[in-house]
Amino acid sequence: MIRVLLPAHLRILAKADKEVELELGGPPTIGAVLDALEARYPVLCGALRDHATHQRRPFVRFFACEEDLSHEPADTLLPEAVVTGKEPFLVVGAIAGG
Amino acid sequence: MSGVRVLAGTRKGAFILTSDGKREKWEICGPYFAGWEMYHIKGSPADPNRIYASQTSGWYGQQMQRSDDGGKTWEPVGNKFVYDGVTGTHQFYDGKPHPWEFKRTWHLEPSLTDPDTVYAGVEDAAIFRTTDGGKTWAEMPGLRNHSTGNRWQPGAGGMCLHTILLDPANPKRMFIAISAAGAFRTDDGGESWKPINKGLYSQYIPEPTAEVGHCVHRIAMHPSKPYVLFMQKHWDVMRSDDAGESWHEVSGNLPTDFGFVIDVHAHEPQTIYVVPIKSDGEHFPPEGKLRVYRSRTGGNEWEAMTKGLPQSDCYVNVLRDAMAVDSLDECGIYFGTTGGQIYASADAGDSWAPIVRDLPAVLSVEVQTLP
Repeated sequence: MIRVLLPAHLRILAKADKEVELELGGPPTIGAVLDALEARYPVLCGALRDHATHQRRPFVRFFACEEDLSHEPADTLLPEAVVTGKEPFLVVGAIAGG
Repeated sequence: MSGVRVLAGTRKGAFILTSDGKREKWEICGPYFAGWEMYHIKGSPADPNRIYASQTSGWYGQQMQRSDDGGKTWEPVGNKFVYDGVTGTHQFYDGKPHPWEFKRTWHLEPSLTDPDTVYAGVEDAAIFRTTDGGKTWAEMPGLRNHSTGNRWQPGAGGMCLHTILLDPANPKRMFIAISAAGAFRTDDGGESWKPINKGLYSQYIPEPTAEVGHCVHRIAMHPSKPYVLFMQKHWDVMRSDDAGESWHEVSGNLPTDFGFVIDVHAHEPQTIYVVPIKSDGEHFPPEGKLRVYRSRTGGNEWEAMTKGLPQSDCYVNVLRDAMAVDSLDECGIYFGTTGGQIYASADAGDSWAPIVRDLPAVLSVEVQTLP
C-alpha cells in the first residue's frame, strides 16, 4: 500500500483526502503511482503530467524519503520505505509565482 | 421580475453576482475554484443554467468546469486538449519556428442553440469544440493548419485565440481573433478559414498591411447585424461592414485608440463602447481617469462616460474579455478591472457604480439576462 500526499489545490479538485492510499498491481514505480492516482481520480489527468507527452508538469514535484524524485524516469522503483507505507510519496506544488 | 447574473473570472477564482432587474443591489457568491486563474466563464444561450468555466493554473494546467444549476454547483468535465495530427510550428519571440504547445483555454463560446456544444479558444492558438457538454474536446484543425499558421507569433500575453463570434443568421459562419495573427472567418462550419485583415495597419510588424500578424485585441458584433464587426486592435478601433472583408478606422476623437475591450449595446447596433488605455507600456487609463467611451454612430464620434467612475489616480487596466452587456430594456453595461472592481451601468453607460470593489484582478466578465 502506497501513501500519497496531495497538495491542497489537487485535494480540493479531486475531492480527495490529504492522504490517498493506493494499491499497485505491478512493480512499484513512480509511473505506476501516477497511473494509479489518475485512475482513482481521473480529474487529475493532465494536472500532474501533460496529457499528450506524459511529461511531468514543470511546477509539480515528487518527493519521497527526503529525496527529490522529480527528475527520475517513470520506471524508477520507489524507495522501500514508500513501498511498505512507512513513508509517503509527496506530490508538491513548487514554490513559484504569486 | 427579470434579473441578471454576472459571471466574473479573476486571477484567483470565480465570482457570481446576481441582481434583480433594477440592478441596484447585488448578491456576491464565491470565490469558486479559489486560487485558480479563471480565464472565462460563460453560460449557454440555449440553457442559462448551463455554465462552463475555464480553470487554469501555472502549476496544475487546464481544468474545465460545468454547472447545470446556474453556478450553484460545479463538476469538472474533460480537460484533454490535444492538437489534431502533426503539430507543426509557429514563429516564436526569437523569430524561430516553435512547436504548438497547449497552455490554457482563454475563451469559451457556447452554441446559440445546443447547450452541449461549446467552442474553446486556446493558447497556443487553436479552436476546439465539444458536442457532449464538455466531456471531450476535439480540435477543429482547419484553422491552425491554415497556410499562414507558421507565420503566426505570440503577443506579449501569449499566442491566444481569445475571441469567438457565432453568426446567429448563419450557423456555418463564425469569426475568431488571435493575438498576434489577426482575425479569421469560416463560412463552412470551421472546415476552412480565411484571414480577414484587409484595412488593418500595424506599425509594429515589418509589413504593416500584412495578411496576418496583427494584434487584434477583441471583436464585437450585434446579433441583428452579423456582417458589421467592431474591432479593438492593439492600436486603432476598426469597423467592418462586410463581415470582415475590409476594415476602416473609426477611432475618431478617442483620447487614445489603444485598449482591449469593445462591445455593442444590446438594442442599438450602432452604439458601441470601448475603454481607452494608455500604451505602449503603461496599460492604464490616460491621466488616471477611468472613462468608458460610447459612440452612438458606430464609431468616429465618441463621448466620455465618467459619472460614477474614478476621475483621478486610477491606474487599472480592463482586459479583453472583461466587458459585457445585458439585454434588459435599459441596456446594462459591465466591465471588470485589474484592480478588482466590477463597474456596472444600468442606463447604457450614462452613469456607473461599482457592484464589487476588491476582487482579485478581473480577467473576464460575462452577463446573463434571466427571465
